[in-house]
Amino acid sequence: MVTQAQILQWLQAFALEIEQNKTYLTELDAAIGDADHGINMDRGFKKAIAQLPNVADKDIGSILKTVSMTLISSIGGASGPLYGTWFLRASAVVVLKQQLTKQELLQLLQAGLDGVLQRGKAQLGDKTMIDVLSPAVAAFRQAVEENQTTVEAMQQAVVAAQKGLEETIPMQAKKGRASYLGERSIGHQDPGGTSAYLMLKSLLEVLQSSGE
Amino acid sequence: MKKLINKPEDFVRESLEGMAVAHSDLIKVNYDPTFVYRVDAPIRGKVAIISGGGSGHEPMHAGFVGRGMLDAACPGEVFTSPTPDQMLEAAKQVDGGAGILYIVKNYSGDVMNFEMATELVRSEGIPSLNILIDDDVAVKDSLYTQGRRGVGTTVLAEKICGAAAEEGYDLSQIANLCRRVNLHGRSMGIALTSCTTPAKGTPTFELGDGKIELGIGIHGEPGIERTDIKSVDEITEILTRSLIEDTGYTRTVREWHEDKGEWTDVELIDPPLVKGDRLLAFVNGMGGTPVSELYLVYRKLAEICQQQGLQIVRNLIGSYITSLEMQGCSITLLKLDDEIIRLWDAPVKTPSWRWGV
Repeated sequence: MVTQAQILQWLQAFALEIEQNKTYLTELDAAIGDADHGINMDRGFKKAIAQLPNVADKDIGSILKTVSMTLISSIGGASGPLYGTWFLRASAVVVLKQQLTKQELLQLLQAGLDGVLQRGKAQLGDKTMIDVLSPAVAAFRQAVEENQTTVEAMQQAVVAAQKGLEETIPMQAKKGRASYLGERSIGHQDPGGTSAYLMLKSLLEVLQSSGE
Repeated sequence: MKKLINKPEDFVRESLEGMAVAHSDLIKVNYDPTFVYRVDAPIRGKVAIISGGGSGHEPMHAGFVGRGMLDAACPGEVFTSPTPDQMLEAAKQVDGGAGILYIVKNYSGDVMNFEMATELVRSEGIPSLNILIDDDVAVKDSLYTQGRRGVGTTVLAEKICGAAAEEGYDLSQIANLCRRVNLHGRSMGIALTSCTTPAKGTPTFELGDGKIELGIGIHGEPGIERTDIKSVDEITEILTRSLIEDTGYTRTVREWHEDKGEWTDVELIDPPLVKGDRLLAFVNGMGGTPVSELYLVYRKLAEICQQQGLQIVRNLIGSYITSLEMQGCSITLLKLDDEIIRLWDAPVKTPSWRWGV
């Protein structure tokens, strides 16, 4: 079970993770993009966190929708619509929920992934956040089907996400600005995939620290 | 980093504040969300043309807001796409009842943000369409990349579509015109130096002495090939040949389908240039290159076009779509017809571009 309080903690933890990795994300982006991923994500998530007190007593769907709208209007670039869409679609499947079963968390993760796929038109192997989110959702689904706990399923998801992230290094980018580099994009870890990994990792850490 | 700035985070806003004071007869600036709009907007019965993109390309787009060109521009952070709320509020401010055309450069961020804006604007009951500009021939294929980037042709499309809107073209006519300008325009650029965004404070890529980046984009992203510096005649020859010899670029773009009421994929193919074509030749500076050097480029460009049997009947030379202080240039060739020539020559009065008024 994931509670509304844990969702709020997760958003705080993810924002902190972004702040601490701001320079790292920007440096990854400088290698194959335009050197602003950490800066833009930090600006957006700081604003999203500032909105949380206004929705502290609301349901999980409302919280995630507020985060989505703030990200869409404050990040810009490609990350704004992609993260904004992830949170928007995720919010739509948990409307009025105060807590989530592992099946509902699975639906949330799947809806976010589907939204990003639709908005960004990227496929697995294009060296994008899809290469992290997609295997993570698959691993979570399998763990749920094997009747593992929420924390165990999330652990599997993060392991798969980390593996997916490492696999972006040898890939040639086919979407976004990195795609213009052609073969020169090979050998660099994808910045968007990295922030997506941090998002899942911070959720796991919150679930682990506060128990089932 | 040496720049004429106060604080990096205030750069975009303070630049717009300066523009607003300097050109209060032509434009107004709204903050939070940020957009620049014509002082006389909305103009009843006229299609409103809106563009936008990351800052750092000045004078594009805000410098082109005014009679005969854009109704509004949405500036983002430096080299970062603006956001859908800016585009929505700009649309509401300038909508004259005939709909909104968004002119969008083909970068993943711009495309997604403008798509979301189009959905939002339509949900407010305002007809709106978006047309992509993807004219950078340095990007060879669309299958393994984001597709060609939107560069120099964007400036020309804004001028031509702006004039068409003043003449009373309706939304679908202007969308068709914009698509045609895009298909008939092609560009390529080179960089002699990198550029530094105020937020990052160090060059966006390293380019050693004696090296140039061929096929540069406009966001400080590296180009397609790094090579040794050459004479301006040789560089102009490479760029011009790439434009003239480019044929049959095919891509699938997502456009709003009015009747179906949904996004649909449309396949578009660039027609090749042929002997006898009338051209507009646009030599653009990247921000740090003096106009004297641009004339050296134009000199060679005109010579090659003449040899190839292509007639340059209009030209534009100067820094219109830039990458901060980058040294370098781009060349855009646009195939003309009588209609486009008439619209090109029509009056324009904006902070950075005016003639005929």
